[in-house]
Amino acid sequence: MFSFQNMTQEIHSWLSSLMSETFVMLVEMTIVGILAIALFAFLGLVLVYMERKVAAVIQLRKGPNRVGPFGIFQTSADTLKLVLKEGFMPDNVDKFLYKLAPFVVMITAMLILAPIPFAKGVQIWDINIGVFYLTAISSISVIGILMAGWASNNKYSLLGAMRSGAQIVSYELSAGMAVLSIVVLTGSLNLGDIIASQEDGWWIFKGHIPAWIAFIIYIIAVTAETNRAPFDMAEAESELTGGFHTEYAGMRFALFFLAEYINIFIVCAIGAILFFGGWMPFHIGSWTAFNHVMDFIPSFMWFFGKTFFLIFLIMWFRWTFPRLRVDQLLNLEWKYLLPISIFNLLLMTLVAIKGWHF
Amino acid sequence: MFEEIKTSNDGELVINVGPQHPATHGVLHLLITLNGETITKLEPNLGYIHRSIEKMCESLSYRQFIYSTSRMDYLSSHMNNHACAMIVEKGLQVEIPERAEVIRVLISELTRLASHQLWWGAMAMDLGALSPFFYSFREREVITDIMEETCGARLTMNYIVPGGLMADIHPNFVKRVKDFIIQFNSKIDEYDQLVTGNIIFQNRMKNVGYLSPEDAISYGTTGPVARGSGVSCDIRKLYPYSAYNKVKFEEILETGGDSFARYLVRIKEMKQSISIIEQLIDNIPEGDFQAKTKAVLKLPKGEFYQRVETARGELGVYLVSEGGTTPYRIKFRSPGFSNLSALNHMVKGHKIGDLVAIMGTLDLVIPDIDR
Repeated sequence: MFSFQNMTQEIHSWLSSLMSETFVMLVEMTIVGILAIALFAFLGLVLVYMERKVAAVIQLRKGPNRVGPFGIFQTSADTLKLVLKEGFMPDNVDKFLYKLAPFVVMITAMLILAPIPFAKGVQIWDINIGVFYLTAISSISVIGILMAGWASNNKYSLLGAMRSGAQIVSYELSAGMAVLSIVVLTGSLNLGDIIASQEDGWWIFKGHIPAWIAFIIYIIAVTAETNRAPFDMAEAESELTGGFHTEYAGMRFALFFLAEYINIFIVCAIGAILFFGGWMPFHIGSWTAFNHVMDFIPSFMWFFGKTFFLIFLIMWFRWTFPRLRVDQLLNLEWKYLLPISIFNLLLMTLVAIKGWHF
Repeated sequence: MFEEIKTSNDGELVINVGPQHPATHGVLHLLITLNGETITKLEPNLGYIHRSIEKMCESLSYRQFIYSTSRMDYLSSHMNNHACAMIVEKGLQVEIPERAEVIRVLISELTRLASHQLWWGAMAMDLGALSPFFYSFREREVITDIMEETCGARLTMNYIVPGGLMADIHPNFVKRVKDFIIQFNSKIDEYDQLVTGNIIFQNRMKNVGYLSPEDAISYGTTGPVARGSGVSCDIRKLYPYSAYNKVKFEEILETGGDSFARYLVRIKEMKQSISIIEQLIDNIPEGDFQAKTKAVLKLPKGEFYQRVETARGELGVYLVSEGGTTPYRIKFRSPGFSNLSALNHMVKGHKIGDLVAIMGTLDLVIPDIDR
């Protein structure tokens, strides 16, 4: 089978023959860093383009179709415009926090990319507490949003930031519970182990009803966590004009925008890893021949295919549903999702102990 | 005017919504006092798009002043023109040909449909669902195309002149309207599937912005806002004008009084408008489209009043004539202004998100409020 591992080992041995171990590590880290930033920017461009095209299809429009074939360079042109724009800053803002906030949000989003396996053997950082790391880091981004809302010296921004704070903190609970229920099944926090455990079938098929419940709760919770409609309380353009990023312009705004899309990618990637086996091809238990055929599709295609399917799902929500009210949003979490997910976790534990899963 | 703006010590926050704000659909300025996210007070501040249309009308002749009224409630421009034409005809005591009356009603109902469709899209957009706007414009576009062909304009039609119509209908008119009815009837269920039945939408609308029938009357609300509270106020039914006494239609009344009731009234009114159009489109009488009138119109000395049902409610025109070629004084009783006055009462104790939803159900057109 084609594997990225062979490629990286080749590069490693070639570099090792040229210089000492310390330099090899430095060079490799630089390469990985550049690749991560490139992937970050590229994903941002692709996702913005995809969102606009999905919205266009749902709204009986054509979407961007002027810059390049099918408008594929539209987002690049938009980014160029945003880079060239003046970094305007209103009076009476808390300058330090105002400038820091977009970077906090963006760096958080970049940090989460580290333990995600994009394909077989393509993982920046293989840590044994991968799931824990993801949940921990992803909660930092709310600090950036609160910073932006507070520092902007704007009442709309403040309201948006406060809403966002309440929302992300609450929905993290049920997202965490949904993630935990898969961890319970696997018995490992390592993302590599979680994927390996799905070699004979994805958890969504193996884990019975609790896995489906966990998946549905996960999708709802992460839609809220990434501040996407119908849970886009923090922005709510018809109520708060722009929410926490009302006072941001140019590249600073673009960083928020980019981070939002990267966050969508990340939560969908995690969802794909936990429930749909990440890069693991579609395998059915003991059907060796079928599994062998499936292995011929490269692993990164499986990973991105599943992730983009989930992203499409989240975009579909956005362009179909009206927005919830802020109190209804919190009611949904604390009165429905959280009790259900706690109960589901117990059920899943029972399933795991009794070995009822496939 | 309103009191001095101050940030009070009891944790209340004063916020300007508008004049530049995505939810106000125009240059409406609302000053809201918030306690947390709950609205404790709301004060509308008008005048950002005041063009003194009433004063302008005093220096325009009876043929000319009708055109400035298209710019009041631009979504029911035809009905505004209709009211003004009727008041002049009342003063001159001209008989309008049957054909003109029927066509006036036809175009009025098409305008009402177009207006309600724009409202439906904008209302869903206020609630954060952006797609319905495009769905409603798909049908609205057909109506504006029909208007363009017959009246020569898509929004401010100016199709009515005292004594009848500016021109006869386009030869394609009947066929295109019939095609539109077929298209619309197949699409109206899509509206319900996409928005009305949605659980999030219903939760946002039900038990929000309650307006009791007594309050609806005392605030002077008319149109779908009052009918959503169960107050019968359809001028087409109560004081039939033009060809409205020849058609059968229901006055839609909902007793809920909340945002959802007002929403349902407009959705059902669209179906009633279609039914009126269906009854008239095959029965346009032959004849002249205009009565013979003098080139320079002079109304006799006296006071005249005429009201019509626009898409937003009752539009009253009060005209005082001194016997000259221009009105001495004109006063418009616009539906939007009275409906807006009930907003403070309706939003008290609700969240900011609800303010946007309630404003959506009032279907405000700011140039109609300010004139």
